[in-house]
Amino acid sequence: MTTPTLMPYDEALGRFEPVLGVETHVELGTASKMFCGCATTFGAAPNTQVCPVCLGLPGSLPVANAAAIEATIKIGLALNCSIAEWCRFARKNYFYPDMPKDFQISQYDEPLCFDGYLDVEVNGEVVRVGIERVHLEEDTGKSLHVGGATGRIHGADYSLVDYNRAGIPLVEIVTKPVEGTDRLAPEVARAYATELRELMRALGVSDVRMEEGSMRCDINVSLMPRGSSEWGTRTETKNVNSLRSIERAVRHEIERQAAILADGGTIIQETRHFHEDTGETTSGRSKEEAQDYRYFPEPDLVPIAPDRAWVEELRAGLPELPSVRRKRLRSEWGVSELDMQAMLNAGAVEPVEATIAAGATPADARKWWMGELARRANESGTPLAELAVTPAQVARVAALVAEGTLNDKLARQVLEGVLAGEGEPDEVVAARGLKIVGGDEELGAVIDQVIADNPDVADKIRSGKVAAAGALVGAVMKATRGQADAGRARELILEKLGAA
Amino acid sequence: MSAITRDEVAHLARLSRLALADDELDHFAAQLDQIIESVARVREVAAGDIPPTSHALPLTNVFRPDEVRPGLAPDDALAAAPAVEEDRFRVPRILEEEA
Repeated sequence: MTTPTLMPYDEALGRFEPVLGVETHVELGTASKMFCGCATTFGAAPNTQVCPVCLGLPGSLPVANAAAIEATIKIGLALNCSIAEWCRFARKNYFYPDMPKDFQISQYDEPLCFDGYLDVEVNGEVVRVGIERVHLEEDTGKSLHVGGATGRIHGADYSLVDYNRAGIPLVEIVTKPVEGTDRLAPEVARAYATELRELMRALGVSDVRMEEGSMRCDINVSLMPRGSSEWGTRTETKNVNSLRSIERAVRHEIERQAAILADGGTIIQETRHFHEDTGETTSGRSKEEAQDYRYFPEPDLVPIAPDRAWVEELRAGLPELPSVRRKRLRSEWGVSELDMQAMLNAGAVEPVEATIAAGATPADARKWWMGELARRANESGTPLAELAVTPAQVARVAALVAEGTLNDKLARQVLEGVLAGEGEPDEVVAARGLKIVGGDEELGAVIDQVIADNPDVADKIRSGKVAAAGALVGAVMKATRGQADAGRARELILEKLGAA
Repeated sequence: MSAITRDEVAHLARLSRLALADDELDHFAAQLDQIIESVARVREVAAGDIPPTSHALPLTNVFRPDEVRPGLAPDDALAAAPAVEEDRFRVPRILEEEA
């Protein structure tokens, strides 16, 4: 593989404007396949979830899965699309063994949903990404290439195909060309995919796991010279399997295409493959023309004509959408969009919300989940939401701090105990003897001893050097093995030495 | 004038993975031409207000509930495969295309 020549990003953006497009495939989380009753469980043994319909055996007939139709309409509505009054499935014909029928059932010129948009936020600004269409099709089988290098087709001797995935309902969401993103094109592409993923989760239609392939993005990029309004030739980059890769792939294509165009070359309309390891794309096949697929209406499936009352019912039943929810929580919790993004990325929004519902203040809930618990989740490589502590327990710890039974340091030890399976926060407090050295009388006795032990420091404070109190507070904390309220100890020290 | 050119037949043959010799291309071009012309007669009676028919039955919205039903046992599923390896269908290598 030769390393392509790249133009530095800033220079590329100085000379060209990118036009962006994203095609996303989302595997729906239905129990059965799109056109037959085969199970859809991920990771099953090869060819154990197949039947005559998805194997394309003679005499079998497909019947559309009602839940998949409903999920697709919900996606369309959430993306502000119009829902077709009447539409058909179509056969997309091609010779490739990932479909045993030699065609894929898809939709062609009559998508179920069309003409919508999704607003995404990049650096605090809202970018509206137009949605061209949302259509329903079936996923293909999985090929394993044997012989040759690294499991790729080139140089392979033969391929082994598993049809478990063939026929799983797949929704394709295609954006309109996105112009005017300028140098933020990579970030916009990533923000769009992130928002789309959140939306699918909120709708509950897919588990959208990019690493398992249940959400896959193809990235279209073209460049036009600054000042021009005529779009250049685009390339379509496949194999982009993480949010970070989306950003890298767009950036790489901009740098690669700019180098070619600046050198007087032309961009070939083709499919390119993204390589996770190098962050580069390499040429795949030249893109087939739509006519080469010889699309025609699928004769084995009758048209879909979603009843308008049903569509309105689905619209009314849509959950609160992620962007609206974030906005609401942001104002309720008094946090910035940056903080909200940090919580989203850490998977902390749901736990924080539940902790607040269990009685904690927004500030406390956020502090524990984004601080101590995020640190522990990070250390153990566990998703935050899967830590062995419940929002109710976190709320109880926050309450114990608020009522003065614990300080932050002790609270961390209580959480450690809860995570270690030592029981409820109160049980950990009791079992480990983790209580702040209580009332002023008890604390006062410790302070008297500390003052007696440090006459020099005490004199300094008496003569007005209030800052020296820190040393005595430290000594109090040491004497109580950290189980004192440092703030109250300081107040008492200053009071006793007449410096308050 | 023919409804289909020899080049178009060659293109279709490539898409269909058919290796046709030169004389076969001429032969099929002439045959396909006749077929297309015969079918094109429908145009003579079809007015602009008649939409093309894609389905013989006046049905819409035939769905099945999202329920799992037993499929084929792996041995039965693979029984008709020309070659099997590791419980998968073994197929010849694919040239010029990537998934």
